[in-house]
Amino acid sequence: MAIAIGILVLVVITLLFHFMSPWWFTPIASNWSSIDLTVDITFWITGFVFVVVNLFLVWVVIKYRHKEGRKAHYEPESKKLETWLSVITTVGVVAMLAPGLWVYGKVTQVPEDAEVVEVIGQQWHWSFRFPGADGVLGQTSVAVMSVDNPFGMRADDPAGQDDILIADAELHLPIDQPYKFVLRSKDVLHNFTVPQFRVKMDLVPGMSPYAWLTPTRKGRFDIMCEELCGIAHHTMRGVLVVEDEGDFQTWLQGYPTYAETAARPAGNPEVGQATYGLCGTCHGAQAEGIQQLNAPKLAGLDSWYMSRQLRNYKAGVRGAHEADSYGAQMAPMAATLVDDLAIDNVLAYIGTLPDESAPATIAGDAEHGKDLFITCESCHGKQGQGIWALNAPRLSGMNDWYIIRQLDNYRQGIRGAHPQDLYGKQMGFMARVVRDEQDINDLVAYINSL
Amino acid sequence: MAYVALADKDHEQHLHDPQSFISKYIWSQDHKVIAVQYSLTAIAIGMVALVLSLMMRLQLGFPDTFSFITPDEYYQAITLHGMIMVIYLLTALLLGGFGNYLIPLMVGARDMVFPFMNMLSYWVYLLSVLVLCASFFVSGGPTGAGWTLYPPQAVLPGTPGIGGGIVLMLVSLVLFIVAFTMGGLNYVTTVLQARCRGMTLMRMPLSVWGIFVATILGLLAFPALLVTGIMLLLDAVLGTSFFMPAILSMGEQTKTAGGSPILFQHLFWFFGHPEVYIVALPAFGVISDLVSVHARKNIFGYRMMVWAILAIGGISFIVWAHHMYVSGMNPYFGFFFATTTLIIAIPTALKIYNWVLTLWRGDIRMTVPMFFVIGFIFTFINGGLTGLFLGNVAVDIPLSDTYFVVGHFHMVMGVSPILVIFGAIYHWYPKITGRMLNDTMGKIHFWLTLFGTYAIYLPMHYLGIQGLPRRYYAMGDTSFLDESTQAMNAGISVAALFVAVVQLLFLFNLFWSLFKGKRAEKNPWKATTLEWQTPDNPPVHGNWGPELPVVHRWAYDYSVPGAARDYIPQTMAPEDVPRADDSYHGEEGEHQ
Repeated sequence: MAIAIGILVLVVITLLFHFMSPWWFTPIASNWSSIDLTVDITFWITGFVFVVVNLFLVWVVIKYRHKEGRKAHYEPESKKLETWLSVITTVGVVAMLAPGLWVYGKVTQVPEDAEVVEVIGQQWHWSFRFPGADGVLGQTSVAVMSVDNPFGMRADDPAGQDDILIADAELHLPIDQPYKFVLRSKDVLHNFTVPQFRVKMDLVPGMSPYAWLTPTRKGRFDIMCEELCGIAHHTMRGVLVVEDEGDFQTWLQGYPTYAETAARPAGNPEVGQATYGLCGTCHGAQAEGIQQLNAPKLAGLDSWYMSRQLRNYKAGVRGAHEADSYGAQMAPMAATLVDDLAIDNVLAYIGTLPDESAPATIAGDAEHGKDLFITCESCHGKQGQGIWALNAPRLSGMNDWYIIRQLDNYRQGIRGAHPQDLYGKQMGFMARVVRDEQDINDLVAYINSL
Repeated sequence: MAYVALADKDHEQHLHDPQSFISKYIWSQDHKVIAVQYSLTAIAIGMVALVLSLMMRLQLGFPDTFSFITPDEYYQAITLHGMIMVIYLLTALLLGGFGNYLIPLMVGARDMVFPFMNMLSYWVYLLSVLVLCASFFVSGGPTGAGWTLYPPQAVLPGTPGIGGGIVLMLVSLVLFIVAFTMGGLNYVTTVLQARCRGMTLMRMPLSVWGIFVATILGLLAFPALLVTGIMLLLDAVLGTSFFMPAILSMGEQTKTAGGSPILFQHLFWFFGHPEVYIVALPAFGVISDLVSVHARKNIFGYRMMVWAILAIGGISFIVWAHHMYVSGMNPYFGFFFATTTLIIAIPTALKIYNWVLTLWRGDIRMTVPMFFVIGFIFTFINGGLTGLFLGNVAVDIPLSDTYFVVGHFHMVMGVSPILVIFGAIYHWYPKITGRMLNDTMGKIHFWLTLFGTYAIYLPMHYLGIQGLPRRYYAMGDTSFLDESTQAMNAGISVAALFVAVVQLLFLFNLFWSLFKGKRAEKNPWKATTLEWQTPDNPPVHGNWGPELPVVHRWAYDYSVPGAARDYIPQTMAPEDVPRADDSYHGEEGEHQ
């Protein structure tokens, strides 16, 4: 009797939970409401079976529980009953399978008028590529990937020259235009998911899987990686903005074609030297960093990283948080670099300055720090040398006090909180690995020893 | 030479005779001792996996409070939790434990046909467990590649344990498969060759059918995992490219080229899906026997149940790619695998109907095993039905890789078989130890486990529908998750901690009853099957005394009309059946 009531209670709880819980599909933003419909159909059919079979179970357990003098009925099988049950079950299965396959048929058929965008995954970042005016994505190859050619563009393919390269984790798309997402991974398995779009697909190195959809709702959506891709899997986030065609075109024009990036001249250190004069007043003439002025060492720091930070300062992505007073000092300084060329020039000059390890100012337990560093080295490298492909800057030989301040900022959400600072957001996730000041000191002590 | 069934030359058989404590309990060739060795080892390593799951739940439920595990440790925990639970606990316990104990006793054999190989099977299994445990202590720790060990990520930097961890994991799997093969050949041969006189295949209890067919599945499916494991081992150690295309790792080109990560997935799931049924079929079989004994009624539709086991076993080999709908494989596979997957639901549904119909018009005894039977039917209905979502490709796409999947497979492959295992232990404990488990503790254990696990897994489905992805160390802020999601996650973690603590009660009961439990009668549940008809309780080495049993009827003669008692043991000849009145003529009792 108790067990019958127990099962009944569980059925009631299940139904209440189903109808009352706040957790359901997030409002759809694509053409795939037919997928939601197949889910609904499946819920109704399976829900019906769930309730009927369990209520029958409850009734049977109550009715046929042991009583003095009861004897079970002896009936090894009933062809008729078993046939009926088979037929009814088959009908139910067909009622779910048929609409499912019909919708899936549409999932596999990319419409003729779909535009193409390539989604590129790598540990633990997204980037994107549009085919440009010719509508054809140029060929790529892992063999030619480098810090100067992160997309692996083949220089000899004319189709790739006008490809537009989005070296950013934020993708924009126009509303109501079908898009075919061609998926490419540089390294391991990833998965391209925007929950509001419903469809998803893995990125597989060496293959080009695809998915297609039409965005139907404007907004800012999260791109999630949903295939385990290593220790920072949970930080592999991107943003997908759906907007009007006009806004989309404006956004797209802000990005260079492959031909433009390939033709971009290298920075000129001699021009940069003059510009650096202003920087040197705080960062030191040799870019060695001056702690009293809260200006970190720059010599030896990866130029792609400094370039991004300078652009972030200029755009108000970094240094705009009210609690970031040092960042607020840097922001107007970065603004004096008028364009990308000016940035390249000054970075080229910094690249010529001697790189001597910054002095240690922090004492800590380096042995313990080494354990903590296991998480860090997955991106920043075993020697803390920085790895361009992971968008992780060098740590070793840099100012320990600066690293500590930044870790604090990440942990408190002062840095990495800006919606467009997706790389900072990642570091914000990882910075939580250290729990307290002692951890941070130990970690930095280990970095100092590298 | 003419073929003579083993049962007909019983006097020629030589059982190794245990002489000392060591040969009796350590290097034992007795299937019953080996079964207990398998079971205790599986439960012990299962406890490790349980603790790992609690570490994960603390992180997920309270991400900034209990951040005592790092992302590395989190991914190592999910990997080892999954691998241990599926392979080293469930497979080992259901086949190595129950298979070993039940097969010879239920088919009327003196032991497995190859007792030495059976002993070897256990020791190699133990070695595989120790190798797995060793990976916790090597530099870099165990692998954190996820329990499916997908390359390329499993062997590349950025994944924990690419040093010793992944190598020990793969070596351990290879050892496990060697152990399983030695055990599995034994189980199949024993069922086919060593049944006692009168025990036709269609008189066998469904427990034996389930274990028998599951073992055949294992013998066909594990080789796929074996070659996959060996090839991945070569990729990891020698730098071959079976599964490795040309890629950029940590900013540098690898020396690999031409391998296929998708090939690994096909091979893995060619093993992995039958593996689900390697666990499920023994559970189906055991539950069929428990429901029949404790409802005092024959299993409804025995022949249908046998055919359903065979059908499920067969179809289970052509559904594997439903784990890969969004893997990037040829999308047209989706049509085929969705169809086969939903077809397999039909025999599975029939089994559920038949369990309920066995209770129908029965004489249901509210014993502890019966509680677990009914709990299992409920959780399995739930988990089976959510499988219809994930098997149907269009429905699967939005749910794939979310907590819906986690909820589904824990309900169907975690909670359900574990409830069967508990029910089975409460049922057969008196046979194994000669004492009854404590009923009160058993009932408390049941109620708390059933409601506790439901509180864990029911909400997961809904979080998954909302889009909560699997295998995330932390969620942070997103545009699609309700703020209440984190509160629910905390609630799930509390429930998980609670359920874990409740299992201590079960372990305590196992231990306490061994010394203080009520002494069991020979056949406390008044069951018909052979294991309850042994001359000694617990049965001694050789099981049957001087004469092998002879079987006269199927395993389910409960409440036969006209018989004086509500069960007729399989060993009872028609003329010996005590009659209540003249209406009994024996024929009905000789069904099959």
